[in-house]
This record gives sequence, C-alpha cells and structure tokens, in this order.
Amino acid sequence: MKYFRLIWKNAWRKKIRTSLTILSVFVAFLLYSLLSAIGYAFKGGIDVADAERLIVIDKITLINPLPVSYQNRIAATDGVASVTHASWFGGYYQEPQNQFGQFPVDPESYFAMYPEFNMPEEQLDAWKRNRTGMVVGQELADAYGWKVGDRVPIQATIWTRKDGSRTWEFDLEGIFSTDDPRGSTALMLFHYDYFDEARAFGQGTVGWYILRVTGGADPVQVAKAIDSQFANSPSETKTSTEAAFAKSFMEQFGNIAMIVTLILGAVFFTLLLVSGNTMSQSVRERISELAVLKTLGFGDRSVLGIVLSESILIMLIGGLLGLGLGWIIVQGIARQFAAFLPGVFLSPAAIVIGITLMVGAGILAGMFPAVKAMRLSIIDALARA
Amino acid sequence: MTGVLAKLEGVSRTYQKGKEKVEVLHNLDLEIPDGDFIAVMGPSGSGKTTLLNLLGGLDRPTSGTVTVGGAEISSMSNNKLSRWRSTNIGFIFQFYNLLPVLTAQRNVELPLLLTNFGAKERAKRAAIALDIVGLSDRARHYPRELSGGQEQRVAIARAIVSDPKLLLCDEPTGDLDRETADEILRLLQVLNREHGKTIVMVTHDAQAAAFANRMLHCDKGTLEAREAA
Repeated sequence: MKYFRLIWKNAWRKKIRTSLTILSVFVAFLLYSLLSAIGYAFKGGIDVADAERLIVIDKITLINPLPVSYQNRIAATDGVASVTHASWFGGYYQEPQNQFGQFPVDPESYFAMYPEFNMPEEQLDAWKRNRTGMVVGQELADAYGWKVGDRVPIQATIWTRKDGSRTWEFDLEGIFSTDDPRGSTALMLFHYDYFDEARAFGQGTVGWYILRVTGGADPVQVAKAIDSQFANSPSETKTSTEAAFAKSFMEQFGNIAMIVTLILGAVFFTLLLVSGNTMSQSVRERISELAVLKTLGFGDRSVLGIVLSESILIMLIGGLLGLGLGWIIVQGIARQFAAFLPGVFLSPAAIVIGITLMVGAGILAGMFPAVKAMRLSIIDALARA
Repeated sequence: MTGVLAKLEGVSRTYQKGKEKVEVLHNLDLEIPDGDFIAVMGPSGSGKTTLLNLLGGLDRPTSGTVTVGGAEISSMSNNKLSRWRSTNIGFIFQFYNLLPVLTAQRNVELPLLLTNFGAKERAKRAAIALDIVGLSDRARHYPRELSGGQEQRVAIARAIVSDPKLLLCDEPTGDLDRETADEILRLLQVLNREHGKTIVMVTHDAQAAAFANRMLHCDKGTLEAREAA
C-alpha cells in the first residue's frame, strides 16, 4: 500500500493517454457485463433444469408435433412416474414486440410436474374450472400490469382459430411464482383442451412431453425405452434430459455462448494490444527514473511489482467502471425485457470472472515492460539519461 | 576522521566494447577515511564515474574487492546489494533525477518507502531533510516548479533522508551556474563537517573540487592524490 501513491501518480503521468486506455478498458468491460447478462439469460433454463425430468420431442425437430395419444404409452413405460405435455403457442400481447412464452398445457398434470411453481390453491382451482382461463408468472404480470380477473387478448402468429380469428381471449385466473431464485416466471399457461378444440388445424397433437422418472430409475435407460417404443412410427421421438432440451432449444437462436466468447475474445485481444502499448510507452519514457529507483535501493522485484501494479490499476479503474455501468444497464434491460427475455442478470460469478479478467489482462499487458524494467541495468540507463 | 569507511583493494574494471576489452580501472587501491570529503577529477573516460559506481554497489569489479562500512559489497547478491544501498549510500546526480510526478516532499520520502517507517514517520524525516537543505517552504512543489539549484537541494535531501554514511556525488554542480553551484557545494561542506557525512564527489570543475578536503586525480584507470586548490 505504501507504494500506492507512486503507482497512482505514475499511472496518470500522461493524463490523456491513460484516460483513453481506461476508456477502452471501460468499453470492453461494459460489453462484457452486457453480454454476460444476456448469455446468462439464455443459459438460465439449462441451469435450473431438473435432472429427474425428461423431455420427449419429435426426433427430427422440435417444430414437428407429437400425437397426444403418446401420453398414455409414455406413462406406461417402466420408470416413468408422471407425464404432462406442453405446446408452443407463439403469440403476442397488443404489439408484436410483446412476445413471451405461452403454452397450452394440462393444468392438473403440468403443475404437478413443476412443484417449484407456487400459486394459491383457490386460484389454481379457479383456473381448472375455467376453460378459457389462464395463469401467468409474477414477472409477466408485473411487466404488463395484469391482475387476477383481467381479460387478456393474445394475438396468435401460428394458431388461427376455427372462426378465422387470430385473437384468443383469456381470463387471468392466477399468478404464480417460483421457489428457484434463478427460475423464470415470464410465461403464460392456458388450457390445452380449449386450445385444441378452438384451433383451425393440428388437432390431437402436442409440442412435447415432459415426464418425471421414478426414484431410482436411470433416466438414460428410461429415455431409451421411450424412444424405442416409437421407433419406425410416423412420429419418432427423441428423449433427453431437461438440461439437454433447454440447451438445444436455445441453440435454435444460435450458439449464444460461442458468439459471446468470440466477441469478448476479440475485444480483450484488442484491449491487451492497447494497454500493452500504453505500458510499454510509459516504461520507455521513464527508463532513467526506474534506474534512479533501483539506485535508491528498490530491488528488481519491487520495480517489477510497481510496473505491473500500474497496469493492473489502469485495468481495474476502467474495468470496474465498465462493470458498474453494465450492472446498472442490466437492471434496466432486465425490467424492460422481463417478459421477452427473462433472467437477464449480471451474476456474482460473472463479476468475479470480470475482476479476474481485469487482473489477468493487467498482468499480461504489463508483463513485458515490467520485465524490461526489472532487468534494467542502472549504469546503462543512467548513462543514457 | 575515525578509521576507514571504504576500501578498494586491487580493483580492476574491464568493459567489453564490441570485440575490444577496455580496462577502465587498473589494480586500484584506495582507502576513504570516515568523514572525508574527496573530489575526484580527471578527463572524460578516465574511470571517475566507474569508481563512484563501484563504491555505490551499482557496478562490480572485474577483480579485487570493495568494502564499505565493513561490508564487502563486491560479493553481495543483487537483492542484498539493493537493500544495502538503501541505507548506506546517498546518490546525488548531475541532472538531479527527481521523479516529476511527485512533490519535493514525496521525492525525498522515496528511499524511506523501503523501510518499515509509517507514513507519519516518513513525512517527519523528509521534512527534517528538506529543512537541512533549506527547502521546507518548497515541500509541496513539483520539480517543474523549482529552479535547478532547488532541484539539486531536493536531490540532496533525498540522498541524506535515510541517514547514510557515504554520499556519492556525480558532477553535482555540472548543470548549475557558478553562484548556485557554490551554494550546493557549501551545503555539501555542511553535511560533511556538521553531519559527519563522508563524501566522494566526481567533478570536472576545479573550483568545485576546492570545496573538498582532498583531491584525487583519475587518469587511465589509476588514481593519484593531489592537493586541493
């Protein structure tokens, strides 16, 4: 700490150059925080997946529906404790940009499958009684200001009604929350029976099945048993864990993790060049001063530490400012896009990784000039002064 | 004077310049009594600065031994030598070599960063050193706000702040006008006479050398004693 003033003063020796370097670090870490938060949202479904839940989809693509008749056959498979199903509705509320997950489900079995969802008993009962009823998660209710008793029109983009209309109206019967702090509740559920009866096409099919294996059953064996049942049928199945399903679902949007990694890789590589150049210039300009420090008795390691600390300090100033602003922006995005992209969150792990990156980048950028300063010959440097 | 502070025995220093070996100092023997003020004169390239560097542990002899304050510094490791330098030697350069980003006070405090003194003690000792060189009122000034003479006074304060026995001065007045140079030399005399500092000063200037107790002439790697003017 006693060297801090010296390090601080040296870092600000050329104010404009240091400010520009800090600005580039700031932008890099702002981008890092935003991309991490968005990546986190895309990964959220994978992380909260239940290991005992399996998802059954069409072998070729999730878009192909499966016959509703499969439910009983799946339920009869050894190792299956319970089954439910869901389908993709793909509508929006009022404006096309107000998209969120809407799923026609079987109320009874669906809520039994997801015990992490909590809803007052009387609301669940009311929903079960009302065929045109729907329930929504707390995040969605908050995002659109809905309350129980509201009548909510949803515009379909796929499922037109038999009467040719694309407007589906629902009564909001309940609002549920989740026990899992990372789980999203930005979704809307309504009666499959009502949906199947009213839609213009696709009757008798569902999007996918969700099943829970019995305690002690091997999920891999259960998955194999289900898929072999439907082998060579018109709708062959692919059964996987919830995590694998969530991952393949997200990959429909592209490999988000890979995109994030590539962008950040390019940004950090450029950052290393910029800050490495700053540190090299800074050390080159004060060779004689470093020689004086060594003359006064500062050892090789002290000089190495001073230069490296300067590099790390510049990274930390820019990085923490970037991360801080990123955190504020992420709060805004999370509120704004709660319904469309739930789970946007700058996680503590991302913050720790970010700070580690700052220190690591500081060491990398400062290492070459620091070693040069450490190896400096006092006599040669003073003779050149 | 009470005994010998520094001693060079059979010291030679050879540098490799391209394919050629250049012997700057040749089999040199020298004793520097404690409390002495020596001026070393001689033409450029005669080995004056090399002698200073060897005494300060900035360079090592090719052969022979250098002993300062009872410690044989020519065989010390680099790290040990750095630590030893911080408490035993004060350096004063021709171009002051202050750190431009630090105030006079902070420049003087620099050698104390290597000690275990707390911030208050460092500040107190730096203030005393600045008082000795007559610059208490410039403590908060940056080097760019000081004249050449004032900068050299700050450099002297930095050299004495850790209370070393030996001050090594390389052309300390080479960048100053006559009047300011004489002020600096008088200050060195005070440090020698009143504070007991042993001083070895390299200079080209005969008038500067006259402030010393004795003069050594360095030429072609050997030393010869001459009377101070």
